Amino acid sequence: MVDYVRAQERRTGWLLTIPAIAVLALVFAYPILRAVWQSFFTINLGNQLSPAFTGLDNYARMAQDGRFWNTLWNTTIFTLATVSLELVLGMGIALVLNQSFRGRGIVRTIAILPWALPTALIALAWTWIFNDQYGVVNDILLRLGLIQTGINWLGNPTLAMISVIVADVWKTTPFISILLLAGLQSIPSDLYEAQAIDGASPWQSFRQVTLPLLLPQIVIALLFRLAQAFGIFDLISVMTGGGPGGGTETVSLYIYATVMRYLDFGYGAALVVVTFLLLVLVVAIASFFLNRSRKRASGAV
Amino acid sequence: MNKKLELVDLRKAYTPTVVPVKDISLSVGAGEFLTLLGPSGCGKSTILRLIAGLEQPSSGKVLLNGQDVSRLSPGDRNIAMVFQSYALYPHMTVYENIASGLKLRKTPSGEVQSRIHEVADFLGLHELMHRKPGQLSGGQRQRVAVARTLVRRPDVFLLDEPLSNLDALLREHVRAELKQLFGSQNTPVVYVTHDQTEAMTLSTRVAVLNNGYLQQLDTPERIYTEPANRFVAGFIGSPQMNFLQVKCEAGRAIVGNSRIPLPLGSNTKEIILGIRPEHVHVAQSSNEPALDGQVFLVENLGMHNLVSVRIVSGEEPITVRALLGMEHRLATNAPVRLAFPPDSINWFDVGTGDRVEATTPSMVRNG
Repeated sequence: MVDYVRAQERRTGWLLTIPAIAVLALVFAYPILRAVWQSFFTINLGNQLSPAFTGLDNYARMAQDGRFWNTLWNTTIFTLATVSLELVLGMGIALVLNQSFRGRGIVRTIAILPWALPTALIALAWTWIFNDQYGVVNDILLRLGLIQTGINWLGNPTLAMISVIVADVWKTTPFISILLLAGLQSIPSDLYEAQAIDGASPWQSFRQVTLPLLLPQIVIALLFRLAQAFGIFDLISVMTGGGPGGGTETVSLYIYATVMRYLDFGYGAALVVVTFLLLVLVVAIASFFLNRSRKRASGAV
Repeated sequence: MNKKLELVDLRKAYTPTVVPVKDISLSVGAGEFLTLLGPSGCGKSTILRLIAGLEQPSSGKVLLNGQDVSRLSPGDRNIAMVFQSYALYPHMTVYENIASGLKLRKTPSGEVQSRIHEVADFLGLHELMHRKPGQLSGGQRQRVAVARTLVRRPDVFLLDEPLSNLDALLREHVRAELKQLFGSQNTPVVYVTHDQTEAMTLSTRVAVLNNGYLQQLDTPERIYTEPANRFVAGFIGSPQMNFLQVKCEAGRAIVGNSRIPLPLGSNTKEIILGIRPEHVHVAQSSNEPALDGQVFLVENLGMHNLVSVRIVSGEEPITVRALLGMEHRLATNAPVRLAFPPDSINWFDVGTGDRVEATTPSMVRNG
């Protein structure tokens, strides 16, 4: 039997989604497809920016491009280091903020401040904090007698990477802790009481109740942070500009330089396409785990 | 009586004015089923949490098998508790839920398996073992929660309103199951509820609480027939007991235009007469002492009619509710004569609300 009411509603539903689909097509589908198309052309200063179809040349060049592989390596290091540090610290902060204590409201507000501030300003501040002559870090280390002369934090590839990681962790940990805190608050307290009566230690309760039930929030945090960290641009651009010697150059910075500085639009598009596909892969894997963890936590499996 | 669990002057104060538990002393013996009964906010759940160790007492002691456990953490007390929400771990299967307490206590795995098998037999849980709580009905979850406490073989079972999340029909069924289950074993049970039916049907003894104070600790029968004060009398029994504040004269209470003898030895000017609706009946003969009144509301309860009667009296009107058999076809505004069998009357002091009893063996009890 045909359900006329249902069919009518479905038609209306489609009609109502058309504007949204149009917007998505315009701002997502078109630029992405355009980039893919452009990546098959050579458009640079060498040919006066007149597009010449060169097939997969750009991708072949990428495979040989040491700078690209270097930036991909830097991006991976940066992503893994920041996301794991932020997750551990964010979890710790969330657990503390989930306890009831005097002045918790104020502490919660303070704890989220770093995330609320503009990244460019924070990056500038951290640039000064790590400054070799006037920086606070060197000042403290010198006064403690741990070093004899100031360290040029942003002048050494490894130290510069550590510096940008520290700055990013400082800025983004609050985001994760707030996300996890929301998850912690949704765990019923009587589960912990049942654990206590059964003789579980706090660590056992954390592993048997908190972690499994917090998994959806953990995976969501991972999903957001992986995508964001992989595309990191502003913080590093301000702090080191990718230097020294490409030591902190990430894929985004390299794409920016390729397109905006070298005006190599075809190759830039190819870089964008590859980065985009890598990100899609990472996010797809993360969402797969997200769905599974959600089902597990709700007991629907 | 062999005291398994004992509370000595137990007191819990959050602030000087917020004192949910006020100097409660009681004991529970082997095989006993004690119900803490009272309205919400009476302190019954707090007492249970004090026994469990989830709260620390401000003063007083909790003794388990004669040992002071007041300062021990919940895990060191060997108690087991069924929570109102059941507190099942949503991400674990039924089997894992039941096993979790044993595993935490490092029970050998063979022992874990045999105990769970035994409990699953007992409660009929075998088909559910690999499901998760989200896939169970309310009644099944409740049984899993009970199973989780049974496998622990604790020194005392604590149950915090375990039936309140079930619908009415299921509640009756599970109530009967619980009675069978806990009646067939010897470990004491402390059960918290605000439902008097649960208290009356399940318990060997009932502790009625109000406002943090113990009102009466007695068998269900005595709580019902001889309530210690007006609060207990009013809280137990549905429909509620009738309370009439009446004047007295020469050892007799003046109710409307009849005189009812007071308990021997009492000599007050005023007293509260309490009588349950089911004990009020229609006067059989014209010479039986009775009150004249007029029906103003008839509520059909199926088995009985709950009839509200306005008593015709000289002073302010008195309303009495009576459970009358369906054979009395009473219409609104019909005149009716109600008799109060003196045997069924409870007397309470006007000032304190305490039960007034005969100071010498009663001669009033002649039916």
